[in-house]
Amino acid sequence: MVRSVISGNSASAYGAKIARAEVIAAYPITPQTSIIEKIANFVANGEFKTEFVKVESEHSAMAACVAASLTGARTYTASSSHGLLLMHEMLIWASGARTPVVMSNVNRANGPPWSVWADQHDTMAQRDTGWMQIYCESNQEVLDSILMQYKVGESPDIMIPSMIIEDAFILSHTVEPVDIPDQDAVDDFLPPFAPEKKLDPDDPHGFGSLVMPEWYMEFRYKIAESMDLARDRIREVEKDFEKRFGRSYGGLMDFYEVEDADAVLMIGGSVASTAKEVIDKMRKEGKKVGLARVRYFRPFPVDEVRWLAKKVNRIGVVDRSYCFGHGGPIAAEVYGALLPTGDRPIVKNFIAGLGGKDITPEVLERLFNKMLVTNESGTEKEIEWVDVKGHSLGVE
Amino acid sequence: MEKYKGYKDLPIMPITDTPSTVNQTGFWKTFKPIFEMDKCIKCNICWKFCPEPAITLDEEGYPVIALFHCKGCGICANECPKDAIKMVMEE
Repeated sequence: MVRSVISGNSASAYGAKIARAEVIAAYPITPQTSIIEKIANFVANGEFKTEFVKVESEHSAMAACVAASLTGARTYTASSSHGLLLMHEMLIWASGARTPVVMSNVNRANGPPWSVWADQHDTMAQRDTGWMQIYCESNQEVLDSILMQYKVGESPDIMIPSMIIEDAFILSHTVEPVDIPDQDAVDDFLPPFAPEKKLDPDDPHGFGSLVMPEWYMEFRYKIAESMDLARDRIREVEKDFEKRFGRSYGGLMDFYEVEDADAVLMIGGSVASTAKEVIDKMRKEGKKVGLARVRYFRPFPVDEVRWLAKKVNRIGVVDRSYCFGHGGPIAAEVYGALLPTGDRPIVKNFIAGLGGKDITPEVLERLFNKMLVTNESGTEKEIEWVDVKGHSLGVE
Repeated sequence: MEKYKGYKDLPIMPITDTPSTVNQTGFWKTFKPIFEMDKCIKCNICWKFCPEPAITLDEEGYPVIALFHCKGCGICANECPKDAIKMVMEE
């Protein structure tokens, strides 16, 4: 094991390298570019034997990954924001063709207004593509999640692609100490990808072919079933990973100080780290607050949310993106998960940090304090935009 | 599909039993390419450019067109440096 001080983007590149990705097809975009630059360096230095394909667009990058994956190669790519949006069609291909591609995505705002800063709208807009999505809190989690998701995705009964997501600049360009596991240990944890059926010129078949209405739903149901099964596989693989490498991240939803909490914020991404600091400070002041960190958005941690709702009466969902028309995407899932149960905590949706607006300790403390005293239930102020000039929440 | 009773019997994704070359997709073309072999210099440019690909090469390296796959796009005729390929209206 080597302990290095590296950025989230470097951690992504090391993740692809030690996972021994065999085909990497990628196109540059801020703030992802330094991932593939680092990989290009590895390849140029002869440190990393991989087929590094320089493509003309993100759409082509994903098309190349899908085709390479079908030949039985472990594949990797990286993108962000508008690059990810251009991939949309091929993302759906990747999951439909059951190719367990792993992609790093740096969460960046979509334009206009043009922006390169942190915002979850790019990945949230890919909710329905059939990919697993992991929102990371640290650079170490970025690297480790790549290794774990190859293992989860490549399971013969799963075969689903994964997006490993890091916040623009906050993780992508900020350095932290990261343990880079030894190659032997990684090889032992992650054997080569060996799909049952492969594209083979000596035994040609059409992959992803036409299916008549009699059987289309059955194929889609198989994806649904595998995605549901992935929840348990994620937990199993993380346990195995923890045994070997001594690190774990809480499965699908990472809870912090929720057992006796009067109010909990639910957040995805690196802001969770800030929230943990705020919780430690507020707990010293006698305020019982906690955090539910959304690690996986797909598959959604339905059981975890329902478990939380039995314990906690006030949940504030902080969405770093907005679905125009009604509400933030994480909050919508939480409402959806709780409707069939009898548990009715107060759930409020805060829209914060869009386009890189900092979610500071002060902002989170204000949201915690608001949740601790709120009696607004039902539809009263169910969605609030935080610190929009001229329409600010809680600046009193 | 008679061997399949339910979704569990299906492969993980739709995979054809035969290569897609069995699908004869060349019937809707308006123009078809006619090769004048005496002009051909075996440069193989038509073979490289055919997007189908409906052009293969025989043992001597001359192009052979599979008209049941050719869609009549005319790229081969456009690229041929010797004007050895003419596009003529399908009857």
